[in-house]
Amino acid sequence: MESRFFFLFLSKRLLLTFLLLGSLLMSGCSMLQQSASEAADEEVPPVIDPEVDRRDIRVPKIDSENFEVGIYGGLMSIEDFGSDPVVGVRAAFHATEDFFLEAAYGKAEAGRTSFEELSGAVELLTPEERDFTYYNLSLGVNILPGEAFFGSKRAFNTALYAIAGVGSTEFAGDDRFTINAGLGYRVIINDFLAIHADVRDHLFDIDLLGEEKTTHNIEYNFGFTIFF
Amino acid sequence: MQTLKYIVAAAAFLLLMPAAIARSDVELIVEEAFIELRTGPGRGYPVFYVVEQGEEITVTRRRTEWFEVIAPKGQEGWVHRDALELTLDPEGMAIRVEDSSFGSYTNRRFEMGVMDGEFGGADVISVYGAYSFTPNVSAEIAVSQGIGTFADSVFATANVVHQFFPDKRITPFFTLGGGMLRTSPNATLVEVEDRTDEIAFAGIGLRAYATRRLLLRAEYKSYVIFTSRDENQEIDEWKAGFSFFF
Repeated sequence: MESRFFFLFLSKRLLLTFLLLGSLLMSGCSMLQQSASEAADEEVPPVIDPEVDRRDIRVPKIDSENFEVGIYGGLMSIEDFGSDPVVGVRAAFHATEDFFLEAAYGKAEAGRTSFEELSGAVELLTPEERDFTYYNLSLGVNILPGEAFFGSKRAFNTALYAIAGVGSTEFAGDDRFTINAGLGYRVIINDFLAIHADVRDHLFDIDLLGEEKTTHNIEYNFGFTIFF
Repeated sequence: MQTLKYIVAAAAFLLLMPAAIARSDVELIVEEAFIELRTGPGRGYPVFYVVEQGEEITVTRRRTEWFEVIAPKGQEGWVHRDALELTLDPEGMAIRVEDSSFGSYTNRRFEMGVMDGEFGGADVISVYGAYSFTPNVSAEIAVSQGIGTFADSVFATANVVHQFFPDKRITPFFTLGGGMLRTSPNATLVEVEDRTDEIAFAGIGLRAYATRRLLLRAEYKSYVIFTSRDENQEIDEWKAGFSFFF
C-alpha cells in the first residue's frame, strides 16, 4: 500500500516537473518566434512610408495677469455699536473666468451702544476692545459678467459677483469665527485698474450683552485694485 | 523713522510697478480660416471682429483662459486659449499655451487653498500652499487659526503628502508633518499665559479635481501636542476646502 502511495506521489511530482519544463520551453519558443518575426519586419519594406515630420512647438511667453490687489474703504455697521468707517486691503487670484479666491483684511472702530449713551458713565468695552479687525478668505463667482457704457465712446468690462467665505474677527477682546457673504460689482477701467463696490455681511456669535447671539455686521465699501 | 520707512516702501512699490505691468507682446500668425475677437475675457462677450488666415496678431496679456490680442488694423479684443492654439509664431512654428485641463492637473507644480473645519471642538481656518516634487509626492506649508470657546490658537505646520493615484480624478492621500502651535486661553475665564508648543500629526484625506484649476479637498488629521505638562495632548481635526493649482 505504502509503495502505491509513493508512486502516486512520485508521479505527481513528475507531472509537475514536466509541466514546468513544458511551460519554460513554450515561452522560450514564443520568444524565438517573436525575434524571428521582428527580423522579418526589418526586411519587408513598409506598405506606406509615413512622411510625418515631428512638429516643433514653441511656448510663447505671454504675460498672465490673474492676481488682483487693492485697498478699500467704507462703512461698517457693527451690531449694537453703530456704523463706523472701515478700511481694508484685499488680494484675489482669478483661477478661471468664473471663480476667484479672495483674502481681505479690514479695520474699523466700534462706537458706543445706545445703552452707553443713555446711561452716561457705563463703558461696556475698553478703547482697545473697540478695535474691530477682521480677515477672511472667500470664494467669489462672477455671476453676471457684462459691459457698462459711459456715453457713446467708452465701454468697460464689468462683473457682478457673489462672494462668501470664512474668517476671524477680533472684537471685544476675543477672536470670533466669522462667516461672510455678499455681492460686489467690479468695473475694469483700463489694462490694469479696476474699481469695486461691495456689500458684505459678517456673521459671528457674541455674548457681550448677556445672552449669546449671532450678529449681522453689514459693510459697504468702495475700492480699487490693480491686476498683475 | 517709521514714516521714512513707509515712504521708501511706497517709492520702491511705485518704481517696481511699471516693471510688473510691463508688456511682453508676442506676435502670432493665424493659421486657421479665422479667429474671433470678443469684447471681453469671457464666453458671454460678443464677437466684434474676425482676424483672417495669414494675418498677424499681437498678444498682449492673459487673464485666466483668455488672451488680449491686437488685430492688424488696431482692434483690441479677447480670444480663448483654444483659438490661440490654431496660430503659428512668425517663423511658422506651432505654439502651445499652458492650459488648465485635467492633463495639466496631473502635471501641476503649485497649489494653494483654503480649508475650514473643526480642530478639537474649535472652529479652524487654514490657508496652505503646496509644491509637487513628483505626481505622487508634494510638500505643504499651512497656517491655521483655531477659534474656540475656551482658547484660541494659531499654528504653522509643514508636511509631506503622498497621494496614491495621481492620475485619477479622485485620489486618497496620506500626510505626515509637524509645526508650532500657539495657544491663547480666553482671558475672561482664567488668567493663563499664552503658550507655544511643538506639534506633530498624521492625516488622511481625499483630493478631487473639480474643474479647470479648481480642486476640492477633505481631510482628517490626528495631532499630538508636546506640552510642557506630564502628558501630551491629542487633538483630532476635520477639514474641507478648495484649492487652485497652477
